[in-house]
Amino acid sequence: MFSRTDMSLILLIEQLLNGLQFGVMLFLMSAGLTLIFGVMGLINLAHGSLYMVGAFAAAGVAAATGSFALALAASLAAAAIAGVLVEVLVIRRLYDRDHLDQVLATFALILIFSESTRWVFGSFPLYLDVPAALSGAVSLPGGISYPAYRLAIIGIGLAVAVILFLLISKTRIGMRIRAGESDREMIGALGVNISVLYTAVFALGAALAGFAGALVGAIQSVQVGMGEPVLILAFVTIVIGGIGSIKGAFVGALLVGLTDTLGRVLLPVAFGTFMDPSSATAVGAALASMSIYILMAGVLLFKPTGLYGSA
Amino acid sequence: MKLKALLAATCAAAFTMGAAYAEGVKVGMITTLSGGGAGLGIDVRDGFMLAVKQSGRADIEVVIEDDQRKPDIAVQLADKLVQQEKVDVLTGIIWSNLAMAVVPAVTAQGKFYLSPNAGPSALAGKGCHKNYFNVSWQNDAFNEAAGAWASENGIGKVFLMAPNYPAGKDMIAGFKRFFKGDVAAEVYTKLGQTDYAAEIAQIKAADADLVYYFLPGGMGISFMKQYAGSGADKPVMGPAFSFDQGILGAIGEAALGVKNTSHWSKDLDNAANKAFVESFQAEYGRLPSLYASQGFDTALLLISAMGKADVKDADGFRAALEAAEFASTRGDFKFGPNHHPIQTIYMREVVKEGDVVTNKIIGTAATEHTDAYAADCKM
Repeated sequence: MFSRTDMSLILLIEQLLNGLQFGVMLFLMSAGLTLIFGVMGLINLAHGSLYMVGAFAAAGVAAATGSFALALAASLAAAAIAGVLVEVLVIRRLYDRDHLDQVLATFALILIFSESTRWVFGSFPLYLDVPAALSGAVSLPGGISYPAYRLAIIGIGLAVAVILFLLISKTRIGMRIRAGESDREMIGALGVNISVLYTAVFALGAALAGFAGALVGAIQSVQVGMGEPVLILAFVTIVIGGIGSIKGAFVGALLVGLTDTLGRVLLPVAFGTFMDPSSATAVGAALASMSIYILMAGVLLFKPTGLYGSA
Repeated sequence: MKLKALLAATCAAAFTMGAAYAEGVKVGMITTLSGGGAGLGIDVRDGFMLAVKQSGRADIEVVIEDDQRKPDIAVQLADKLVQQEKVDVLTGIIWSNLAMAVVPAVTAQGKFYLSPNAGPSALAGKGCHKNYFNVSWQNDAFNEAAGAWASENGIGKVFLMAPNYPAGKDMIAGFKRFFKGDVAAEVYTKLGQTDYAAEIAQIKAADADLVYYFLPGGMGISFMKQYAGSGADKPVMGPAFSFDQGILGAIGEAALGVKNTSHWSKDLDNAANKAFVESFQAEYGRLPSLYASQGFDTALLLISAMGKADVKDADGFRAALEAAEFASTRGDFKFGPNHHPIQTIYMREVVKEGDVVTNKIIGTAATEHTDAYAADCKM
């Protein structure tokens, strides 16, 4: 039906879509992380736990009601509430401390979140499936068949990116967030209630992370500790994009998503042209898992503050 | 009068016999009870403790520790259990890399180690030890049986996938050892990877009759859910670890019809297994997984040996362990020369029973299967 080149072209386009979907998901995670770091100067290791809270809330609500839309709403709400509680009870005391204290305290939060989730939901992974309307694959022009749910994730992610961009650049709260990023003392002196602004930003970031957790939980496994691997990627993303910049987070997330996906596919093939298949697979797989860190090192070499970071 | 004397004599005899084993056995269990792989350790622990409870013996003391799936912590716990708690027997480790870090050190100190799960090739061959007993399987076993089964059932080309770490490579090597057809592609993924979109696209484009993969725990859940929604239609197969009871609930109906190899299944038809499945459900309110059956068998083996010899008599206790005279949940059980089981491997299929997604035996993949490394073992 297809010639060899058609086949590999289709495969390549499908992989580009995969990379885009992965990148969009990463953006939801890193947008909150970069805002929190940019506005409050806080390193929040517990961001991955908020992602997990969102996924568990969605799985719980989906099991109880059977509605995926309600599950998504629950993930936003649960993660935002968890975010507000954490900010008011713990994080608020850390703004003036140095980064090491913040890392220590938010690391403790990871342990607390993980063990309390295990206590409530048990140690076995939960069931959360894609809604029936989005299950299965759809045919795209050119003979590509692609999972409908992943296309939906791309769509939702891009919509969130646009909304966030408008929120930051066009609204009053966005203006305050930007002001908070550039001069924290001054905006306080101008009469803006800093602590409410901080709580709002934290809740927004948490809600986005929880939303990402619920979206991804439907095609992955909802289990304790699911947030930490994503957290590392999100940190790589915001370092590449430049800390504090939403635009940077977006570009960084897409770069990381595409590099990781295409690296996994193309590197073993590339090594296969001059090596025997089994060592090409081994070397390719090893190099592919390093590819995003090599990308990060490369970007930092030329742009030490990241692509859109301010010095 | 005569009766009284007889009674007294019997009691005295019973006491002296009792005195020989009176000290009992102290067991140190190092297993994974927190983090991503906790479900496996909890099943092993619950299976083990169920057998101890059913035996009614008060002379088994079990000290349970959580290794958090980290080799360095497992090593610290082993030191503590051996030096401070002075345990006689160790057990519980789930992961091969942790077993490699702990087992050689504790067996060298004269302790017994009974493996309820991991079976790295290094400990079955050159690195075998007289005090190391594997009550589960050697890592390659399920995959060798699956490879043989695939060849017998007319599979010509296969797509292989496993995480890029030693156990993953063992599993794929095991499959290839008995598979006579061609390998269309061999893909190694990151350990702990959660998104398989790129691999699934490769599977769809590949010229293969079967996808064979080893992805335990959350990795398997992610892959199977994504595969089912991708429009790919190649049949998939794997060792039981990719489809055990703990993860089937999370995959749901996407796993229906998938074949997998195992030495145990909850519908295995023998009295010991029926009693085990029933009592496990009654005690814990969930279906047992193969990990739970392995924990249960490990405790039964220990208890059978305690009935024959004192643990302080290392040679006698070892001989009692080698005899392995206990009613295993997998039917007949015996050890090969390297203290690894010689056992039948079954082919299972994922089915739905009422509302529960579970496994059912559909045939035998290998009978009296021995691991490939026994010949290298010099005890």
